[in-house]
Amino acid sequence: MSNLTLALAQLKVGDALPELPIAITTTLVVGGALASRDFTLVHHDKGQAQAAGMQDVFMNILTTNGLVGRYVTDWAGPDSVMKGVSIKLGTPNLPGDTMKMSGQVSAIDEKEGTVTVEIAGSNSWGDHVTGSVTVALPGSS
Amino acid sequence: MSLSREELEVKLLDYVGREIGPPEQGPYPVNETMIRQWCEALGDENPVYTDASAAASSVHGGLVAPPTMMQTWSLRGVEMADPDTGRQNLQTELHSLLGDAGYPAVVATNCEQGYTRYLRPGDEVFVTTTIEAISEQKATALGIGYFINTREVYRDQRGDEVGWQTFRVLKFARAEQPGAATSDGAADEESSTPTRLRPPMAHDNKWWWDGIAEGRLLVQKCAGCGELRHPPRPMCQHCRSLEWEGIESSGEGEVYSYVVMHYPKFPGYEYPFTCALVELAEGTRMVANVVGCDPSKVHIGMKVRASIENVDDEFKLPFFRPID
Repeated sequence: MSNLTLALAQLKVGDALPELPIAITTTLVVGGALASRDFTLVHHDKGQAQAAGMQDVFMNILTTNGLVGRYVTDWAGPDSVMKGVSIKLGTPNLPGDTMKMSGQVSAIDEKEGTVTVEIAGSNSWGDHVTGSVTVALPGSS
Repeated sequence: MSLSREELEVKLLDYVGREIGPPEQGPYPVNETMIRQWCEALGDENPVYTDASAAASSVHGGLVAPPTMMQTWSLRGVEMADPDTGRQNLQTELHSLLGDAGYPAVVATNCEQGYTRYLRPGDEVFVTTTIEAISEQKATALGIGYFINTREVYRDQRGDEVGWQTFRVLKFARAEQPGAATSDGAADEESSTPTRLRPPMAHDNKWWWDGIAEGRLLVQKCAGCGELRHPPRPMCQHCRSLEWEGIESSGEGEVYSYVVMHYPKFPGYEYPFTCALVELAEGTRMVANVVGCDPSKVHIGMKVRASIENVDDEFKLPFFRPID
């Protein structure tokens, strides 16, 4: 991620974030699930995931939420402060796939000093996640 | 359990609007070790989470936890691998009720979080959960079930709110459809090609599908007042006559409105596809796919002509193709 933090005045609605491909590995799925304290079987036990009708273990929503936050703060910089994240899940993230993150600035609130980014993470089946993240940027009241 | 759907839905109402139990304290205080592990697993290199000196000179003035870890501090860990032996509350009771009623699977679909402040190492987290809403029964690409919305409020050791969350899960019976959106992948599509869903056919509409099977696009015409109607139904909405005849349409018309379908993906369809409401030259409207035209080129007012085509070995559907 960048060491520099964006300033609100640099941005305008419609600005695109750089795309970020994230390789979906078993390590990421299982590691993310356990690091987020979600020990639900389908996120770390392939046999249980298959018994539930999936091909393999699949990413839990907390990991997706974390990756969405990471994508936006990687772009906004370390002095950005997350105010909120809203996500909706679609297709599952399964090992072997790649999730391509994309986003664009959808709103700038100069009074609050915040920028809102619409994001999507798509894999080979379609949109795994869509949503928005709002961050406050420094140099604003 | 032999609950009828009606009995189940009456019971579900009892849960709406209730807190699932007293505030629950997270099993571990916010701590650097779990933060580091989370950042490592997710590849998050933001120094305010893991680099004490960089964090000290940041807007936070010291190490903080990723705000998207908020729910992590309240989860029960290994208990979640065996819900039957974990702690019980109104939420686990609701999930058991739905599981016993034939909706055993669960998947999270939506999460919205707001952060009042970033948590710091040493903070204790307490969560209060309220069941805000339970949907009516929904058919989804995953299967049939009920959406459950909860609202969590997270507080610290001083009782101050640090953030909130709304969370939605689908509690469902997995669809038996081969290739239902999330249960199958490309590997299975090669071995068996799923067919399109068949329409229900009965006394009131089978004649229309029989016409399609013969390659004829029919429209129902009231024998009383002459008004056209579609889809087929027994009574005229204008004069209430039960007498009607089927007339053959020229098949020509124009796009009155349309949507392009991307998701959810059902087996037997190629995405994206265009689903249009076509106004026929005869004056009534009909829903069908527009084919032979990139979805981005479809527009309102586009001239189209019906084409009855096989979608598999046994079944025909009317499509509309653009008139050049």
